[in-house]
Amino acid sequence: MTGALLQVDGLTAGYGAAPVLHDVGLTVQPGEIVAVLGANGAGKTTLLRTLSGLVRSSRGRVVFDGADLAGTKVEHLVRRGIAHVPEGRGVVTELTVDENLRLGGLWRRDRADARKALDEVYELFPSLAQRRGFAGHQLSGGERQMLALGRALVGRPRLLLLDEPSLGLAPKVTGQIMALLRDLRERTGLAVLLVEQNVRSALSIADEGVVLALGRVVARNRASVLRDDADLRHAYLGF
Amino acid sequence: MDRFIYLTFDGLSRGLVYAAFALALVLIWRAARIVNFAQGSMAVAAVYVAYSVTNATGSYWLGFVVALLAGLLLGVLVERVVMRFVDHSSPLNGVVVALGLVLVLQGTLGIVYGNEYQPVETPFSRDAFEVGGIAMLSRYDLFVFAAVGTVVVVLTLLFTRTAVGLRMRAAAFAPDVSRLLGVSVGGMLTLGWALAAAVGSLAGMLVVPTELGVHPTAMDVVFVSAFTAAVVGGLDSPIGAVVGGLVVGLLLSYVSGYIDVTVAPMAILALLVLVLLGKPGGLFSSSKARVA
Repeated sequence: MTGALLQVDGLTAGYGAAPVLHDVGLTVQPGEIVAVLGANGAGKTTLLRTLSGLVRSSRGRVVFDGADLAGTKVEHLVRRGIAHVPEGRGVVTELTVDENLRLGGLWRRDRADARKALDEVYELFPSLAQRRGFAGHQLSGGERQMLALGRALVGRPRLLLLDEPSLGLAPKVTGQIMALLRDLRERTGLAVLLVEQNVRSALSIADEGVVLALGRVVARNRASVLRDDADLRHAYLGF
Repeated sequence: MDRFIYLTFDGLSRGLVYAAFALALVLIWRAARIVNFAQGSMAVAAVYVAYSVTNATGSYWLGFVVALLAGLLLGVLVERVVMRFVDHSSPLNGVVVALGLVLVLQGTLGIVYGNEYQPVETPFSRDAFEVGGIAMLSRYDLFVFAAVGTVVVVLTLLFTRTAVGLRMRAAAFAPDVSRLLGVSVGGMLTLGWALAAAVGSLAGMLVVPTELGVHPTAMDVVFVSAFTAAVVGGLDSPIGAVVGGLVVGLLLSYVSGYIDVTVAPMAILALLVLVLLGKPGGLFSSSKARVA
């Protein structure tokens, strides 16, 4: 387990007195896609928010690339190589497409590469290139998801924390986004911790799956094993 | 007609000062969702600092620059020492704390400088030029136009053309997302307060010499006009603040000139009530509903 990109052990966290997460553990290897699955309220979003420091943990350890993340400020996380695309897409709707994307690279010292990364995002999403000057609220749901994803990529992260990318999107668009994640992993070695309600699409691209129920890990296995485990699917994943 | 032209220029000159002051209110509202009721007292404090410097050195301009710097510093202090610790669960908390700050600042200034009006010199003549026998503008009016114009241009460029401006806007619209993208939201908030307080100080420097002089409460009436201007403009719109300031300035000038000076405050209140009844979001508001 020494080579893990992200190692989470015994993570307990929540809002106020009652924890939402209990003793959660998981591992993401470099270039691996790990799906976090579970019903509404299982604690999936809280898990991502705790990993990025938006929610404080009361116990447990988060180690990224060999360094303990305890005490790391939220705004410094992106400098470590972790990009969190929050639920509801996190596009700043008052800003234009171009401004949103530039925002993703403002922290970078290497201005030339930040510009290059931005151009690459426009190549990756031609529809965004056509809407550079549009405000975020003028975009469709799929375009917003692409914008949020593209904005994260401008920072050239090593780990992407992706919260419900398929939420409210047409199956075709969801399929495109999943294919894109797989493609990015192939090309750049980007690791993804993918929170999804859409279990089928998530398991279609994931290497590993972690199933959460009421804030606890109830299963952790290869994605192919989880796909074939009928009991588990019926009990926790609803299909 | 002569009178109308004179009153129009006078109104525009006053209106620009209100615009600057309203702009300061808008900057803080956008950054922190607080109506900074202490802005008037903060501006007066900066004017007093300028007054001391000018008296000691004989240089108006040194005092002017120091006032803007004092404004920046005061903005940083107010945000870092006071406002940062205000619980934002209710919008009223920030208002109450700001009003408390007014009492503290006015009391302190009264103790240090005394509670009498002290006349302040203008750097330029306030006598209006006459063109074809019609009094139009004074050199001081031109100075006000140039100063406020510069502020508007600089702020516009800052917010639309620079990385810091982009960070400030993002931090105000979406704090959590901005932090995830590496923006120091707290830093942007402090910067917003500093800028706003400096702009407020500029407005104070421009308006105080044209009235009774400097006094701990010298900006109270200006605050009411500028607050009206900001609300008329929609409170979160910089363009709205400028337009609102000009509308309020012209209204005050016409009402004072054609009816009576004593009616002017009522005209401001009437404008405020009309706008709130007809278009509660303000004339230039981007958001549909407003909390406070």
